[in-house]
Amino acid sequence: MSDKLVFVQGNEACVEGALYAGLGFFAGYPITPSTEIAELLSIRLPQRGGKFIQMEDEIASMCAVIGASLTGLKSMTATSGPGFSLKQEAIGYAIMTEVPCVVVNVMRGGPSTGLPTKVSQGDVMQARWGTHGDHAIVALTASNHQDLFAITVEAFNIAETYRTPVILLFDEVIGHMREKLILPEPGEIPLVQRLRTSVREGTDYHPYLPREDGRLPMSDFGGVHRYNVTGLMHDMWGFPTDNPQVAYGLMRHLFDKIEGHVEEITRMKEFFLDDAETVLISYGSSARSALHVVENRRARGEKMGLLELQTLWPFPSAAVRERCNDAKFVVVVEMNMGQILLEVKKALDDPERVYLANRIDGTFISPTDIRNILRVIQGKGV
Amino acid sequence: MAVKDYVRERFMPHIWCPGCGHGTIMNNLVRAIESLGLKKSEIVMVTGIGCSARISGYLDFHTLHTIHGRALAFATGVKLARPELTLIVPMGDGDALAIGGNHFLHAARRNIDITAIIMNNSIYGMTGGQFSPLSGYGKMATTAPYGNIYESFDIAQLAKAAGASFVGRTTTYHVASMKEMIEEAIRHKGFSVVEIMTQCPTYFGRKNKVGDAVDMLNYYKDQTVPVGSEKKKENPALIERGIFVREERAEYCSEYEKTVEKAKRGRRV
Repeated sequence: MSDKLVFVQGNEACVEGALYAGLGFFAGYPITPSTEIAELLSIRLPQRGGKFIQMEDEIASMCAVIGASLTGLKSMTATSGPGFSLKQEAIGYAIMTEVPCVVVNVMRGGPSTGLPTKVSQGDVMQARWGTHGDHAIVALTASNHQDLFAITVEAFNIAETYRTPVILLFDEVIGHMREKLILPEPGEIPLVQRLRTSVREGTDYHPYLPREDGRLPMSDFGGVHRYNVTGLMHDMWGFPTDNPQVAYGLMRHLFDKIEGHVEEITRMKEFFLDDAETVLISYGSSARSALHVVENRRARGEKMGLLELQTLWPFPSAAVRERCNDAKFVVVVEMNMGQILLEVKKALDDPERVYLANRIDGTFISPTDIRNILRVIQGKGV
Repeated sequence: MAVKDYVRERFMPHIWCPGCGHGTIMNNLVRAIESLGLKKSEIVMVTGIGCSARISGYLDFHTLHTIHGRALAFATGVKLARPELTLIVPMGDGDALAIGGNHFLHAARRNIDITAIIMNNSIYGMTGGQFSPLSGYGKMATTAPYGNIYESFDIAQLAKAAGASFVGRTTTYHVASMKEMIEEAIRHKGFSVVEIMTQCPTYFGRKNKVGDAVDMLNYYKDQTVPVGSEKKKENPALIERGIFVREERAEYCSEYEKTVEKAKRGRRV
């Protein structure tokens, strides 16, 4: 048996993925159900000379991560619902100042303190619109530990490529469930390193002047180029401005660098979709139950398939539309009141064939739950 | 280098009102840095939000203008990531002690090698004159139209209790000692706090009918005394200035390095 085979919690798989990606700095604050990530990194990061700090609160953790990332370290924080709420202003700052970072939110039941030890997927829209003002964002998720490891690496790759915060939206079941994980060898998953400026010392460096491809080469804070970083609307030097033309240009840049690369950012998995008359759409731990249902129905000859989303934001509308074209029923399986359901309805020309199979009481949605709802949707009675 | 060499002229004119004390602080801060012989590229200046926070944009260092109250949290990330850099964090009194109060306490407790300069003008200037945690009982502000009913913090005592290893207070009247105090604060290894009382004639001065900038400077001259002065015993209302705390204590980043050494040896104590 390979010594790279481990039996771990999802939170631990996330830690392994982050370290594989080259995590250099973590700041956090204790909160259920994400605390294990901070605990494990407090052991692992110092062992490799990395930086771990437990800050005085959730807000400070997010701010410290941004400061550290500016100096050139791959940086991350981890939290859950209430903490995710507190971090929102600073996440907006990272968006505006284009500082790469990864924010893990292991979702629990909300609103407010809610169900701290129970599962939910209620923060999908908060990940999209939690911070104030118009903005684009990337949010990824996974349904098993092998994928969770890989998607954590991807989160760092995307953060560095597009200079943006990336939200990892896991959930309590995935975070705490134990299953096997095979740790990939170094080099098996490609890593993106930060694009750094080639402008030499003494030459005028424009920290916020995008290249033709939209990318912004960075200069590490504390390095040879001194520049200004501000959450105010800013020009190519990073100086505050309220010039409408400059403001428009920056807003477009911040939006287009994400929304213009939906295909590159989209990660999804397809199961039995080719001839599916009923398409289930799910993500995170819900997708495990959904896949179980689909496999059983297929064994009985029913034309059912599963589209498992790993990229939730930017929402892959075109891909979803294409995969659902021939489906009679589209059923979104999620543990909230229908947050991805709305996006799927928006993506399809005839939203009346889109249904919701959900559970919102802190109990994991089981295959039986889905089957019961499917009977109603398919007109077979309860 | 001349003071001018530290200033980003592209950023001028600044936003500070005529008579504002913040320019005096900026001037002395730059002179202190020049005296210390620090290179501009060794300095990271982090600020929050408010009139005071604009100082970072005006100076030719690595400058990070962040969100309200959180400058010390951002600075902690930078410092821990790159301990060899010199971190200077100018903040207003509201920025540092109202919205940012918790970060101030914990930065002090950590004794992380950051110099916090609190530009205390006793008011929220940028938003137009609301009372701050340093306005003082009975003072007038746009949100205290019948007089402020809060007592003020004593920044020096607060910083000391929270664990800052260097704590000083001066005013914009006492420019020579201000420069020296900033110099010593930056040189000090640990969390340093320099409170500088600075006049806001536009809002605090006008609302409280204490005259113009010169009158306010004269107030600093007349109403403050050196630490330990006999006059303070006779008149407890006088405000002490000078250095309150100067201690050598374990600094956070150095302690963290020890943690790394332990971790690499495989010991979990």
